[in-house]
Amino acid sequence: MIAFESLAGFLLVLLCALLMLVFTIARRRMRSPSRRTPARVQVGLRPIAAMNELQRAMGLAVEEGARLHVSLGKSSLVAPTAGSALVGLSALERVAQMSSISDRPPISTSGDGALALLSQDALQASYRLAHAPELYDPDRARLTGVTPLSYVAGTLPVIHDEHISANILVGNFGPEAVLMVDAGDQRSAFTLAAADSIPAQAALYAAAKSPLIGEEVYAVSAYLQAGASHFASLRAQDVLRWLIILGLIAGAALKLLGINGL
Amino acid sequence: MRAPVSAAVAISVGLIVLVGYFFPLEAYNLPAVRSLLIEWGVILAGVATLVAILNLLGVHWRKLSASQNPDYNSLLVLLAFLVTFVAGLWLGAAHPQYQKVVTMIQAPIEASLMGLAAVVLLFACIRLVSHRKGWMGVVFLVSAVIFLALGSGLLPSQGDSLLADVTAFIERLPVAGSRGLLIGIALGSLTAGLRILMGADRPYSG
Repeated sequence: MIAFESLAGFLLVLLCALLMLVFTIARRRMRSPSRRTPARVQVGLRPIAAMNELQRAMGLAVEEGARLHVSLGKSSLVAPTAGSALVGLSALERVAQMSSISDRPPISTSGDGALALLSQDALQASYRLAHAPELYDPDRARLTGVTPLSYVAGTLPVIHDEHISANILVGNFGPEAVLMVDAGDQRSAFTLAAADSIPAQAALYAAAKSPLIGEEVYAVSAYLQAGASHFASLRAQDVLRWLIILGLIAGAALKLLGINGL
Repeated sequence: MRAPVSAAVAISVGLIVLVGYFFPLEAYNLPAVRSLLIEWGVILAGVATLVAILNLLGVHWRKLSASQNPDYNSLLVLLAFLVTFVAGLWLGAAHPQYQKVVTMIQAPIEASLMGLAAVVLLFACIRLVSHRKGWMGVVFLVSAVIFLALGSGLLPSQGDSLLADVTAFIERLPVAGSRGLLIGIALGSLTAGLRILMGADRPYSG
């Protein structure tokens, strides 16, 4: 006998996958040369000030020959928080591609061994796609610590000493990530702070000039134009969010009417 | 197509684990297969940590032996690692003396970092209004002060008085807010995972 919760969960996952598939196909058709639509329609993302500032900071970093630093957080890949780490990896890949003409290639730090190896892999793949495999250096994707605070402590010298002009913190962080933001501020570097944990989001909202709140952390790769599937993910999230809102309202209304048996 | 074999392995393993989570079909031995795959994943993650630590040591060795501006802090890192690693192998990681020495060094350093983080946060709150010109900065600050007062127990949140009712209502607000954020985070995690399962995202392609 299959439990109702399991079936409902599976159907939600299935619906999400279908929505992503539909939106990915629609996005690809929209971008195909035979169906060119105006750029304004193609973008289709609401403006987020922090993401606009990031694009500007990345352009400046390339022009000035400064380095970008992507910090991927401390999430294990076998933990429920791995989703934000995967978004960080996609962002790293795009940042490496977009800054492949820079004098100083980007550097990545992480607080988990598997994540560090995947970040090396992401850098290697991005340089291969950019036809510049000689730029790849495994030392630029490092594990800086295996506990939350040792990870932060190991990342601080990178921010201070590696000619960083922009820090992109995307992943699972704790409130201690404010130390990284402060280090970036001391070097007059731009810092985009996007964490998936609520205590970290609260701390980063106060400390960082460009924080991302709530699920915005999962939109970073879409705003960096990582691909149609990332855009489709945002659209699928929007649809599911409305369904959940309607479900919550319906549940509350039923409870008000005294119907509790569902 | 990037890394088709790796993609096929990742997608099939992911699907087995996902289906096994929702439908633990004993007849097909799915729970056992799912547990085995997750155990393999945990072991691989452990091995990856060892490899990443070796990479980190390599980075510090190269920084120390650089011909221009060698970083002598890296010598400390290498020595600390060597002593901790050899002592751990010699005594065993669970040895009480070993645990005591490591904790006595690690705990004060981490506590001082957390203290520093608290000071940084305090200054960040002071600078918040100048950072954020809109009303959100003010709302954040006022909320922080209100919930600090509530958390200190100065106001009653239990009892029959009107003040207790109002306090209890206000204390419930952050729970509702964080649930809203968590729904968004859960949906984001779901789509990030599905991109891997659909082969659209391949952070393992090399």
